[in-house]
Amino acid sequence: MNTKINLAGVELKNPVMTASGTFGSGAEFCEFVDLNKLGAVVTKGVSSEPWEGNPTPRIAETYGGMLNAIGLQNPGVDLFIKRDLPFLKQYDTKVIVNVCGRTTEQYCEVVERLAEQPVDLLEINISCPNVKEGGIAFGQNPQMVEEVTKEIKKYARQPVIMKLSPNVTDITEIARAAEAGGADAVSLINTLTGMKIDVNRRKFALANRTGGLSGPAIKPIAVRMVYQTAKAVKIPVIGMGGIQNAEDALEFLLAGASAVSVGTANFSNPYVTEEIASGIEEYMEKNGITDIQELIGAVTE
Amino acid sequence: MIEKFRETSFIIRQEEIAKDVYSLWLKTGQMTDYTVPGQFINIYSRDGSRLLPRPVSICEVDHRERALRVVYRVVGKGTKEFSGYHTGRKLEILGPLGNGFPLKEKKAFLIGGGVGIPPMLYLAKELQCEKQILLGYRDETFLTEELKKYGQVYVATEDGSSGVHGNVLDIIRTKQLEAEIIYACGPLPMLKAVKEYAKEQGIEAWISMEERMACGIGACLGCICKSKDTDEHTNVKNKRVCKEGPVFLAEEVELS
Repeated sequence: MNTKINLAGVELKNPVMTASGTFGSGAEFCEFVDLNKLGAVVTKGVSSEPWEGNPTPRIAETYGGMLNAIGLQNPGVDLFIKRDLPFLKQYDTKVIVNVCGRTTEQYCEVVERLAEQPVDLLEINISCPNVKEGGIAFGQNPQMVEEVTKEIKKYARQPVIMKLSPNVTDITEIARAAEAGGADAVSLINTLTGMKIDVNRRKFALANRTGGLSGPAIKPIAVRMVYQTAKAVKIPVIGMGGIQNAEDALEFLLAGASAVSVGTANFSNPYVTEEIASGIEEYMEKNGITDIQELIGAVTE
Repeated sequence: MIEKFRETSFIIRQEEIAKDVYSLWLKTGQMTDYTVPGQFINIYSRDGSRLLPRPVSICEVDHRERALRVVYRVVGKGTKEFSGYHTGRKLEILGPLGNGFPLKEKKAFLIGGGVGIPPMLYLAKELQCEKQILLGYRDETFLTEELKKYGQVYVATEDGSSGVHGNVLDIIRTKQLEAEIIYACGPLPMLKAVKEYAKEQGIEAWISMEERMACGIGACLGCICKSKDTDEHTNVKNKRVCKEGPVFLAEEVELS
Protein backbone atom coordinates (compact mmCIF):
# COMPACT_ATOMS: atom_id res chain seq x y z
CA MET A 1 0.00 0.00 0.00
CA ASN A 2 1.36 3.44 -0.92
CA THR A 3 0.37 6.35 1.29
CA LYS A 4 3.16 8.64 0.07
CA ILE A 5 2.22 11.94 -1.47
CA ASN A 6 4.29 14.50 -3.30
CA LEU A 7 3.94 18.08 -2.20
CA ALA A 8 5.72 20.50 -4.52
CA GLY A 9 8.62 18.07 -4.97
CA VAL A 10 8.78 17.03 -1.31
CA GLU A 11 7.74 13.48 -0.51
CA LEU A 12 5.59 12.97 2.60
CA LYS A 13 5.16 9.42 3.97
CA ASN A 14 1.45 10.10 4.35
CA PRO A 15 -0.90 13.06 3.86
CA VAL A 16 -1.43 13.82 7.56
CA MET A 17 0.01 17.08 8.84
CA THR A 18 -0.65 19.32 11.84
CA ALA A 19 -2.40 22.67 11.48
CA SER A 20 -0.28 25.64 12.44
CA GLY A 21 -0.87 27.00 15.92
CA THR A 22 -2.45 23.87 17.34
CA PHE A 23 0.67 21.76 17.76
CA GLY A 24 3.39 24.17 18.93
CA SER A 25 6.60 22.89 17.39
CA GLY A 26 5.69 19.33 18.30
CA ALA A 27 7.43 19.19 21.68
CA GLU A 28 4.20 19.34 23.70
CA PHE A 29 2.66 16.51 21.67
CA CYS A 30 5.59 14.08 21.40
CA GLU A 31 4.45 12.52 24.72
CA PHE A 32 1.27 11.41 22.94
CA VAL A 33 2.08 11.12 19.25
CA ASP A 34 4.97 9.40 17.52
CA LEU A 35 5.93 12.29 15.25
CA ASN A 36 7.63 9.77 12.94
CA LYS A 37 4.14 8.61 11.98
CA LEU A 38 3.11 11.99 10.56
CA GLY A 39 3.58 13.22 7.02
CA ALA A 40 4.70 16.60 8.28
CA VAL A 41 4.66 18.85 11.33
CA VAL A 42 3.54 22.39 10.55
CA THR A 43 4.86 24.73 13.22
CA LYS A 44 3.20 27.61 15.02
CA GLY A 45 3.66 30.87 13.04
CA VAL A 46 7.14 32.37 13.35
CA SER A 47 7.92 36.07 12.92
CA SER A 48 11.16 38.02 12.62
CA GLU A 49 10.93 39.27 16.23
CA PRO A 50 9.18 37.76 19.27
CA TRP A 51 5.46 38.64 19.36
CA GLU A 52 3.46 38.98 22.60
CA GLY A 53 0.06 38.24 21.08
CA ASN A 54 -3.32 39.45 22.33
CA PRO A 55 -4.69 39.96 25.86
CA THR A 56 -6.73 37.17 27.48
CA PRO A 57 -9.29 35.66 27.27
CA ARG A 58 -7.96 34.30 24.00
CA ILE A 59 -10.16 31.21 23.84
CA ALA A 60 -13.92 30.64 23.76
CA GLU A 61 -15.83 27.47 23.04
CA THR A 62 -18.79 27.58 20.65
CA TYR A 63 -21.22 24.87 19.50
CA GLY A 64 -19.08 22.30 17.67
CA GLY A 65 -16.22 24.74 17.44
CA MET A 66 -14.01 27.23 19.20
CA LEU A 67 -12.88 30.81 18.75
CA ASN A 68 -9.27 31.79 19.27
CA ALA A 69 -7.56 35.13 19.23
CA ILE A 70 -4.02 34.25 20.24
CA GLY A 71 -2.60 36.99 18.04
CA LEU A 72 0.33 34.93 16.72
CA GLN A 73 2.33 34.95 19.93
CA ASN A 74 5.69 33.39 19.11
CA PRO A 75 9.29 33.47 20.35
CA GLY A 76 10.73 34.89 17.12
CA VAL A 77 12.76 33.22 14.41
CA ASP A 78 16.12 33.26 16.25
CA LEU A 79 14.99 31.17 19.21
CA PHE A 80 12.90 29.04 16.86
CA ILE A 81 16.00 28.13 14.85
CA LYS A 82 18.06 27.51 17.97
CA ARG A 83 15.53 25.43 19.92
CA ASP A 84 12.59 24.19 17.83
CA LEU A 85 14.24 23.12 14.57
CA PRO A 86 16.86 20.89 16.26
CA PHE A 87 14.02 19.25 18.21
CA LEU A 88 12.05 18.53 15.04
CA LYS A 89 15.08 17.21 13.17
CA GLN A 90 15.27 14.27 15.60
CA TYR A 91 12.21 12.87 13.85
CA ASP A 92 11.66 11.28 10.48
CA THR A 93 8.93 13.68 9.41
CA LYS A 94 8.89 16.70 7.13
CA VAL A 95 9.16 20.13 8.72
CA ILE A 96 6.92 22.90 7.45
CA VAL A 97 7.52 26.28 9.04
CA ASN A 98 4.58 28.64 9.18
CA VAL A 99 5.74 32.22 8.64
CA CYS A 100 3.91 35.36 9.79
CA GLY A 101 4.63 39.04 9.42
CA ARG A 102 3.12 42.52 9.52
CA THR A 103 4.77 43.67 6.30
CA THR A 104 6.11 42.03 3.14
CA GLU A 105 9.62 42.82 4.39
CA GLN A 106 9.01 40.94 7.63
CA TYR A 107 7.81 37.83 5.80
CA CYS A 108 10.88 37.98 3.55
CA GLU A 109 13.20 38.45 6.52
CA VAL A 110 11.97 35.23 8.16
CA VAL A 111 12.03 33.33 4.85
CA GLU A 112 15.62 34.46 4.29
CA ARG A 113 16.66 33.45 7.81
CA LEU A 114 15.24 29.96 7.15
CA ALA A 115 16.95 29.56 3.77
CA GLU A 116 19.89 27.50 5.08
CA GLN A 117 17.93 25.74 7.82
CA PRO A 118 16.69 22.13 7.88
CA VAL A 119 13.20 23.11 6.73
CA ASP A 120 11.34 21.21 3.99
CA LEU A 121 8.59 23.65 3.11
CA LEU A 122 7.37 27.10 4.09
CA GLU A 123 3.75 27.97 4.77
CA ILE A 124 3.03 31.69 4.59
CA ASN A 125 0.22 32.90 6.83
CA ILE A 126 -1.55 35.64 4.90
CA SER A 127 -4.83 34.86 6.58
CA CYS A 128 -4.68 35.31 10.36
CA PRO A 129 -7.84 37.16 11.43
CA ASN A 130 -6.44 38.15 14.82
CA VAL A 131 -3.68 40.64 14.11
CA LYS A 132 -4.29 44.23 13.06
CA GLU A 133 -1.59 44.53 10.43
CA GLY A 134 -0.37 41.85 8.09
CA GLY A 135 -2.15 38.52 8.19
CA ILE A 136 -5.59 38.74 6.71
CA ALA A 137 -5.00 42.20 5.21
CA PHE A 138 -2.71 40.49 2.70
CA GLY A 139 -4.98 37.54 2.15
CA GLN A 140 -8.18 39.28 1.08
CA ASN A 141 -6.91 41.15 -1.95
CA PRO A 142 -5.84 39.12 -5.02
CA GLN A 143 -3.34 41.73 -6.22
CA MET A 144 -1.65 41.86 -2.83
CA VAL A 145 -1.57 38.07 -2.64
CA GLU A 146 0.18 37.87 -5.99
CA GLU A 147 2.66 40.60 -5.05
CA VAL A 148 3.55 39.22 -1.62
CA THR A 149 3.91 35.71 -3.09
CA LYS A 150 6.26 36.99 -5.81
CA GLU A 151 8.35 38.87 -3.27
CA ILE A 152 8.60 35.88 -0.90
CA LYS A 153 9.56 33.57 -3.78
CA LYS A 154 12.61 35.75 -4.44
CA TYR A 155 14.01 34.86 -1.01
CA ALA A 156 12.67 31.35 -0.47
CA ARG A 157 14.92 28.32 -0.90
CA GLN A 158 12.13 25.91 0.01
CA PRO A 159 8.81 25.42 -1.78
CA VAL A 160 6.22 27.98 -0.67
CA ILE A 161 2.68 27.18 0.47
CA MET A 162 0.36 30.19 0.73
CA LYS A 163 -2.24 29.73 3.50
CA LEU A 164 -5.55 31.21 2.44
CA SER A 165 -8.37 32.86 4.31
CA PRO A 166 -11.99 31.73 3.93
CA ASN A 167 -13.10 35.28 4.81
CA VAL A 168 -13.34 36.25 1.13
CA THR A 169 -16.08 36.32 -1.52
CA ASP A 170 -14.33 33.96 -3.93
CA ILE A 171 -11.44 31.85 -2.61
CA THR A 172 -10.57 30.56 -6.09
CA GLU A 173 -9.67 34.10 -7.17
CA ILE A 174 -7.21 34.34 -4.23
CA ALA A 175 -5.80 30.86 -4.96
CA ARG A 176 -5.23 31.77 -8.61
CA ALA A 177 -3.46 34.97 -7.52
CA ALA A 178 -1.13 32.92 -5.31
CA GLU A 179 -0.46 30.54 -8.21
CA ALA A 180 0.22 33.48 -10.54
CA GLY A 181 2.68 34.85 -7.96
CA GLY A 182 4.61 31.58 -8.08
CA ALA A 183 3.23 29.70 -5.06
CA ASP A 184 4.13 26.00 -5.06
CA ALA A 185 0.99 25.03 -3.15
CA VAL A 186 -1.93 26.54 -1.27
CA SER A 187 -3.39 25.50 2.08
CA LEU A 188 -6.92 26.24 3.22
CA ILE A 189 -8.91 27.09 5.15
CA ASN A 190 -7.64 29.30 7.93
CA THR A 191 -10.26 30.19 10.56
CA LEU A 192 -13.50 32.07 9.87
CA THR A 193 -13.83 35.37 11.72
CA GLY A 194 -16.44 35.01 14.45
CA MET A 195 -17.71 36.52 17.69
CA LYS A 196 -19.23 35.30 20.95
CA ILE A 197 -20.99 37.38 23.59
CA ASP A 198 -21.37 36.33 27.22
CA VAL A 199 -24.98 37.30 27.95
CA ASN A 200 -24.63 37.08 31.73
CA ARG A 201 -21.73 39.53 31.86
CA ARG A 202 -22.85 41.33 28.67
CA LYS A 203 -19.27 41.29 27.47
CA PHE A 204 -17.37 39.88 24.53
CA ALA A 205 -16.12 36.38 25.30
CA LEU A 206 -12.72 37.28 23.81
CA ALA A 207 -10.60 40.29 24.77
CA ASN A 208 -10.01 40.81 21.05
CA ARG A 209 -13.81 40.86 20.50
CA THR A 210 -13.48 38.73 17.34
CA GLY A 211 -11.61 35.49 16.90
CA GLY A 212 -11.05 32.71 14.41
CA LEU A 213 -13.66 29.96 14.36
CA SER A 214 -12.33 26.42 13.95
CA GLY A 215 -13.47 22.87 14.64
CA PRO A 216 -16.06 20.55 13.10
CA ALA A 217 -18.58 23.42 12.82
CA ILE A 218 -16.61 24.80 9.83
CA LYS A 219 -15.84 21.53 8.05
CA PRO A 220 -18.52 21.63 5.30
CA ILE A 221 -17.37 25.13 4.33
CA ALA A 222 -13.77 23.96 4.22
CA VAL A 223 -14.58 20.90 2.09
CA ARG A 224 -16.50 23.08 -0.37
CA MET A 225 -13.66 25.60 -0.63
CA VAL A 226 -11.02 22.88 -1.07
CA TYR A 227 -13.13 21.32 -3.82
CA GLN A 228 -13.53 24.66 -5.64
CA THR A 229 -9.86 25.55 -5.26
CA ALA A 230 -8.57 22.17 -6.40
CA LYS A 231 -10.58 22.65 -9.61
CA ALA A 232 -9.27 26.21 -10.08
CA VAL A 233 -5.49 25.75 -9.72
CA LYS A 234 -2.85 23.29 -10.92
CA ILE A 235 -0.67 23.47 -7.80
CA PRO A 236 -1.35 21.08 -4.89
CA VAL A 237 -4.00 22.00 -2.34
CA ILE A 238 -3.66 21.19 1.37
CA GLY A 239 -7.05 20.84 3.02
CA MET A 240 -7.99 21.65 6.58
CA GLY A 241 -10.89 22.84 8.69
CA GLY A 242 -12.60 20.74 11.35
CA ILE A 243 -10.94 17.39 10.64
CA GLN A 244 -11.57 15.12 13.64
CA ASN A 245 -11.05 11.62 12.28
CA ALA A 246 -9.91 9.61 9.26
CA GLU A 247 -13.33 9.89 7.61
CA ASP A 248 -13.12 13.69 7.71
CA ALA A 249 -9.59 13.60 6.31
CA LEU A 250 -10.73 11.33 3.47
CA GLU A 251 -13.48 13.81 2.57
CA PHE A 252 -10.82 16.44 1.95
CA LEU A 253 -8.69 14.06 -0.14
CA LEU A 254 -11.70 13.11 -2.24
CA ALA A 255 -12.50 16.82 -2.67
CA GLY A 256 -9.06 17.29 -4.22
CA ALA A 257 -6.62 17.90 -1.36
CA SER A 258 -3.18 16.28 -1.73
CA ALA A 259 -2.65 16.47 2.04
CA VAL A 260 -4.58 17.47 5.12
CA SER A 261 -3.87 19.38 8.33
CA VAL A 262 -5.44 18.50 11.67
CA GLY A 263 -5.87 21.38 14.09
CA THR A 264 -8.51 21.89 16.76
CA ALA A 265 -9.02 18.13 17.14
CA ASN A 266 -5.58 17.98 18.82
CA PHE A 267 -7.16 19.79 21.79
CA SER A 268 -9.96 17.25 22.18
CA ASN A 269 -7.71 14.26 21.64
CA PRO A 270 -3.92 14.63 21.73
CA TYR A 271 -3.48 11.29 19.91
CA VAL A 272 -5.72 12.24 17.00
CA THR A 273 -3.11 12.85 14.27
CA GLU A 274 -1.60 9.40 14.58
CA GLU A 275 -5.08 7.85 14.75
CA ILE A 276 -6.04 9.61 11.51
CA ALA A 277 -2.90 8.37 9.72
CA SER A 278 -3.67 4.76 10.65
CA GLY A 279 -7.39 5.25 9.96
CA ILE A 280 -6.63 6.27 6.38
CA GLU A 281 -4.57 3.09 5.92
CA GLU A 282 -7.43 0.98 7.28
CA TYR A 283 -9.84 2.62 4.85
CA MET A 284 -7.48 1.94 1.95
CA GLU A 285 -7.08 -1.68 2.94
CA LYS A 286 -10.81 -2.18 3.38
CA ASN A 287 -11.60 -0.58 0.02
CA GLY A 288 -8.76 -2.19 -1.93
CA ILE A 289 -6.97 1.10 -2.62
CA THR A 290 -3.28 0.43 -3.29
CA ASP A 291 -2.15 4.00 -3.89
CA ILE A 292 -3.47 7.05 -2.09
CA GLN A 293 -3.27 8.98 -5.36
CA GLU A 294 -6.38 7.05 -6.42
CA LEU A 295 -8.34 8.97 -3.77
CA ILE A 296 -7.19 12.51 -4.45
CA GLY A 297 -10.00 14.42 -6.15
CA ALA A 298 -11.85 11.15 -6.76
CA VAL A 299 -15.30 12.38 -5.75
CA THR A 300 -17.92 11.66 -8.42
CA GLU A 301 -21.43 12.88 -9.17
CA MET B 1 10.21 14.90 32.48
CA ILE B 2 6.77 14.83 34.06
CA GLU B 3 4.58 12.05 32.73
CA LYS B 4 1.06 12.74 31.47
CA PHE B 5 -1.60 10.12 30.88
CA ARG B 6 -4.81 10.12 28.93
CA GLU B 7 -7.03 7.63 30.71
CA THR B 8 -10.57 6.34 30.76
CA SER B 9 -11.53 6.77 34.40
CA PHE B 10 -14.56 5.40 36.20
CA ILE B 11 -16.74 7.37 38.56
CA ILE B 12 -16.49 5.86 42.05
CA ARG B 13 -18.98 8.32 43.51
CA GLN B 14 -20.25 11.85 43.05
CA GLU B 15 -22.20 14.10 45.40
CA GLU B 16 -23.29 17.71 45.63
CA ILE B 17 -21.51 19.11 48.73
CA ALA B 18 -22.87 22.67 48.45
CA LYS B 19 -25.20 24.37 46.01
CA ASP B 20 -23.78 23.69 42.51
CA VAL B 21 -20.50 22.37 44.02
CA TYR B 22 -19.78 18.71 43.30
CA SER B 23 -17.29 16.25 44.74
CA LEU B 24 -16.25 13.57 42.26
CA TRP B 25 -14.03 10.55 43.00
CA LEU B 26 -12.52 8.89 39.93
CA LYS B 27 -10.79 5.53 39.62
CA THR B 28 -7.73 6.22 37.48
CA GLY B 29 -4.81 4.26 36.08
CA GLN B 30 -1.17 5.11 36.76
CA MET B 31 -1.87 8.87 36.52
CA THR B 32 -2.16 9.13 40.31
CA ASP B 33 1.38 7.77 40.77
CA TYR B 34 2.66 11.10 39.45
CA THR B 35 0.38 13.80 40.89
CA VAL B 36 1.45 16.57 43.26
CA PRO B 37 -0.69 19.22 44.99
CA GLY B 38 -1.60 22.19 42.81
CA GLN B 39 -1.80 20.20 39.59
CA PHE B 40 -4.96 19.77 37.54
CA ILE B 41 -6.56 17.34 35.13
CA ASN B 42 -8.48 17.84 31.90
CA ILE B 43 -11.93 16.28 31.84
CA TYR B 44 -13.38 15.69 28.38
CA SER B 45 -17.04 16.11 27.53
CA ARG B 46 -18.92 13.18 26.01
CA ASP B 47 -20.95 15.62 23.92
CA GLY B 48 -19.39 16.24 20.50
CA SER B 49 -20.59 19.84 20.46
CA ARG B 50 -18.19 20.61 23.31
CA LEU B 51 -14.68 20.17 21.97
CA LEU B 52 -12.54 21.53 24.73
CA PRO B 53 -11.56 19.75 27.92
CA ARG B 54 -12.48 21.32 31.27
CA PRO B 55 -9.40 21.92 33.43
CA VAL B 56 -10.16 21.05 37.08
CA SER B 57 -7.74 21.15 40.01
CA ILE B 58 -7.00 17.98 41.95
CA CYS B 59 -8.59 18.02 45.41
CA GLU B 60 -7.30 14.76 46.81
CA VAL B 61 -5.48 11.62 45.70
CA ASP B 62 -5.63 8.11 47.08
CA HIS B 63 -2.31 6.84 45.77
CA ARG B 64 -2.82 3.31 47.04
CA GLU B 65 -6.23 2.90 45.43
CA ARG B 66 -5.22 4.94 42.37
CA ALA B 67 -8.19 7.22 42.84
CA LEU B 68 -8.45 10.96 42.40
CA ARG B 69 -10.95 13.51 43.69
CA VAL B 70 -11.99 16.78 42.10
CA VAL B 71 -14.38 19.33 43.55
CA TYR B 72 -15.84 21.71 40.99
CA ARG B 73 -18.59 24.24 40.59
CA VAL B 74 -21.20 23.97 37.82
CA VAL B 75 -20.59 27.09 35.76
CA GLY B 76 -21.63 26.08 32.26
CA LYS B 77 -22.81 23.28 30.01
CA GLY B 78 -19.67 21.15 30.37
CA THR B 79 -19.63 21.08 34.18
CA LYS B 80 -23.44 20.67 34.15
CA GLU B 81 -22.92 17.53 32.04
CA PHE B 82 -20.31 16.11 34.45
CA SER B 83 -22.55 16.79 37.45
CA GLY B 84 -25.22 14.49 36.00
CA TYR B 85 -22.96 11.42 35.88
CA HIS B 86 -23.28 8.62 38.40
CA THR B 87 -21.17 5.78 39.80
CA GLY B 88 -19.70 3.49 37.14
CA ARG B 89 -19.83 6.02 34.32
CA LYS B 90 -16.65 6.44 32.25
CA LEU B 91 -14.92 9.81 31.95
CA GLU B 92 -11.94 10.58 29.71
CA ILE B 93 -9.27 12.49 31.59
CA LEU B 94 -5.73 13.74 30.96
CA GLY B 95 -3.20 14.46 33.64
CA PRO B 96 -1.49 15.31 35.76
CA LEU B 97 -1.10 18.77 34.21
CA GLY B 98 0.79 21.86 35.35
CA ASN B 99 3.56 22.30 37.88
CA GLY B 100 2.06 22.19 41.40
CA PHE B 101 3.03 23.90 44.67
CA PRO B 102 6.57 23.66 46.06
CA LEU B 103 6.40 21.93 49.46
CA LYS B 104 8.41 23.95 51.98
CA GLU B 105 8.66 23.40 55.72
CA LYS B 106 7.72 26.86 56.93
CA LYS B 107 4.85 28.22 59.01
CA ALA B 108 2.26 28.60 56.31
CA PHE B 109 -0.98 30.22 55.29
CA LEU B 110 -3.03 28.05 52.97
CA ILE B 111 -5.54 30.42 51.43
CA GLY B 112 -8.43 29.29 49.29
CA GLY B 113 -11.33 31.23 47.83
CA GLY B 114 -14.45 29.49 46.47
CA VAL B 115 -13.50 26.68 44.10
CA GLY B 116 -9.87 27.63 44.78
CA ILE B 117 -10.31 25.74 48.07
CA PRO B 118 -10.22 22.13 46.73
CA PRO B 119 -6.49 22.06 45.81
CA MET B 120 -5.74 23.29 49.35
CA LEU B 121 -7.00 19.97 50.75
CA TYR B 122 -4.43 18.00 48.73
CA LEU B 123 -1.75 20.53 49.69
CA ALA B 124 -2.70 20.45 53.39
CA LYS B 125 -2.38 16.64 53.43
CA GLU B 126 1.08 16.68 51.85
CA LEU B 127 2.60 19.70 53.56
CA GLN B 128 4.58 18.92 56.73
CA CYS B 129 4.55 22.19 58.71
CA GLU B 130 2.39 24.42 60.89
CA LYS B 131 -0.66 25.21 58.77
CA GLN B 132 -3.18 28.02 59.13
CA ILE B 133 -5.91 27.38 56.61
CA LEU B 134 -7.90 30.45 55.56
CA LEU B 135 -11.04 29.84 53.55
CA GLY B 136 -13.14 32.48 51.81
CA TYR B 137 -16.69 31.80 50.67
CA ARG B 138 -19.48 33.88 49.20
CA ASP B 139 -22.04 32.22 51.50
CA GLU B 140 -22.32 28.43 51.82
CA THR B 141 -19.19 26.64 53.08
CA PHE B 142 -17.73 23.30 51.90
CA LEU B 143 -14.65 21.14 52.67
CA THR B 144 -14.23 23.08 55.94
CA GLU B 145 -14.57 20.04 58.22
CA GLU B 146 -12.22 17.93 56.11
CA LEU B 147 -9.54 20.62 56.22
CA LYS B 148 -9.72 20.84 60.03
CA LYS B 149 -7.82 17.53 60.24
CA TYR B 150 -4.72 19.16 58.79
CA GLY B 151 -4.45 22.55 60.49
CA GLN B 152 -6.14 25.49 62.17
CA VAL B 153 -9.05 26.50 59.93
CA TYR B 154 -10.45 30.04 59.72
CA VAL B 155 -13.50 30.91 57.65
CA ALA B 156 -14.66 34.17 56.10
CA THR B 157 -17.93 34.68 54.25
CA GLU B 158 -18.96 37.65 52.15
CA ASP B 159 -22.47 37.58 53.57
CA GLY B 160 -21.30 37.04 57.14
CA SER B 161 -23.27 33.79 57.50
CA SER B 162 -20.27 32.02 59.08
CA GLY B 163 -16.84 33.00 60.37
CA VAL B 164 -15.43 36.45 59.75
CA HIS B 165 -17.70 38.79 57.77
CA GLY B 166 -15.51 39.71 54.80
CA ASN B 167 -12.65 38.04 52.94
CA VAL B 168 -9.54 36.00 53.74
CA LEU B 169 -7.42 39.12 54.30
CA ASP B 170 -9.94 40.25 56.91
CA ILE B 171 -9.23 36.97 58.77
CA ILE B 172 -5.51 37.76 58.94
CA ARG B 173 -6.21 41.29 60.21
CA THR B 174 -8.90 40.48 62.76
CA LYS B 175 -7.17 37.37 64.14
CA GLN B 176 -3.69 38.95 63.88
CA LEU B 177 -2.21 35.89 62.20
CA GLU B 178 1.32 35.54 60.89
CA ALA B 179 3.12 33.18 58.51
CA GLU B 180 6.43 32.75 56.69
CA ILE B 181 4.99 31.49 53.43
CA ILE B 182 1.66 31.67 51.59
CA TYR B 183 0.02 29.17 49.25
CA ALA B 184 -3.12 30.56 47.59
CA CYS B 185 -5.73 29.67 45.01
CA GLY B 186 -8.87 31.63 44.26
CA PRO B 187 -10.37 34.50 42.28
CA LEU B 188 -8.14 37.21 40.85
CA PRO B 189 -9.10 39.98 43.35
CA MET B 190 -8.15 37.61 46.20
CA LEU B 191 -4.82 36.73 44.57
CA LYS B 192 -4.07 40.44 44.08
CA ALA B 193 -4.74 41.12 47.76
CA VAL B 194 -2.57 38.12 48.74
CA LYS B 195 0.26 39.31 46.53
CA GLU B 196 0.11 42.79 48.03
CA TYR B 197 0.00 41.43 51.59
CA ALA B 198 2.97 39.13 50.94
CA LYS B 199 4.97 42.04 49.56
CA GLU B 200 4.17 44.20 52.63
CA GLN B 201 5.23 41.36 54.92
CA GLY B 202 8.27 40.44 52.83
CA ILE B 203 7.26 36.76 52.62
CA GLU B 204 7.03 34.46 49.62
CA ALA B 205 3.61 33.74 48.14
CA TRP B 206 2.82 30.94 45.69
CA ILE B 207 -0.41 31.60 43.82
CA SER B 208 -2.37 29.34 41.51
CA MET B 209 -3.75 31.12 38.45
CA GLU B 210 -6.74 30.43 36.25
CA GLU B 211 -7.32 31.24 32.57
CA ARG B 212 -9.41 29.99 29.65
CA MET B 213 -7.57 27.02 28.17
CA ALA B 214 -7.82 24.91 25.06
CA CYS B 215 -5.16 22.17 25.08
CA GLY B 216 -3.94 22.21 28.70
CA ILE B 217 -0.49 20.98 27.64
CA GLY B 218 1.27 24.16 26.54
CA ALA B 219 0.71 24.07 22.79
CA CYS B 220 -2.11 26.48 21.99
CA LEU B 221 -0.92 29.55 23.95
CA GLY B 222 -4.50 30.32 24.93
CA CYS B 223 -3.96 30.53 28.69
CA ILE B 224 -1.10 32.95 29.20
CA CYS B 225 -0.58 35.39 32.06
CA LYS B 226 1.69 38.42 31.97
CA SER B 227 5.06 37.94 33.64
CA LYS B 228 7.49 40.44 35.14
CA ASP B 229 10.42 39.16 33.11
CA THR B 230 10.77 37.59 29.69
CA ASP B 231 9.81 33.94 29.95
CA GLU B 232 12.44 31.43 28.83
CA HIS B 233 10.01 29.40 26.73
CA THR B 234 7.78 32.05 25.14
CA ASN B 235 10.61 34.59 24.77
CA VAL B 236 8.10 37.34 25.65
CA LYS B 237 6.62 38.51 28.96
CA ASN B 238 3.97 35.80 28.92
CA LYS B 239 3.88 32.55 30.87
CA ARG B 240 1.65 29.60 30.03
CA VAL B 241 -0.72 29.00 32.94
CA CYS B 242 -1.11 25.31 31.99
CA LYS B 243 2.62 24.59 31.67
CA GLU B 244 4.87 27.00 33.61
CA GLY B 245 1.92 27.31 36.03
CA PRO B 246 -0.73 27.18 37.26
CA VAL B 247 1.37 27.93 40.37
CA PHE B 248 3.61 30.97 40.21
CA LEU B 249 5.67 32.94 42.69
CA ALA B 250 3.39 36.01 43.09
CA GLU B 251 6.15 38.52 42.37
CA GLU B 252 6.91 36.87 39.00
CA VAL B 253 3.47 37.52 37.49
CA GLU B 254 1.49 40.66 36.72
CA LEU B 255 -2.10 40.47 37.93
CA SER B 256 -4.35 42.78 35.97
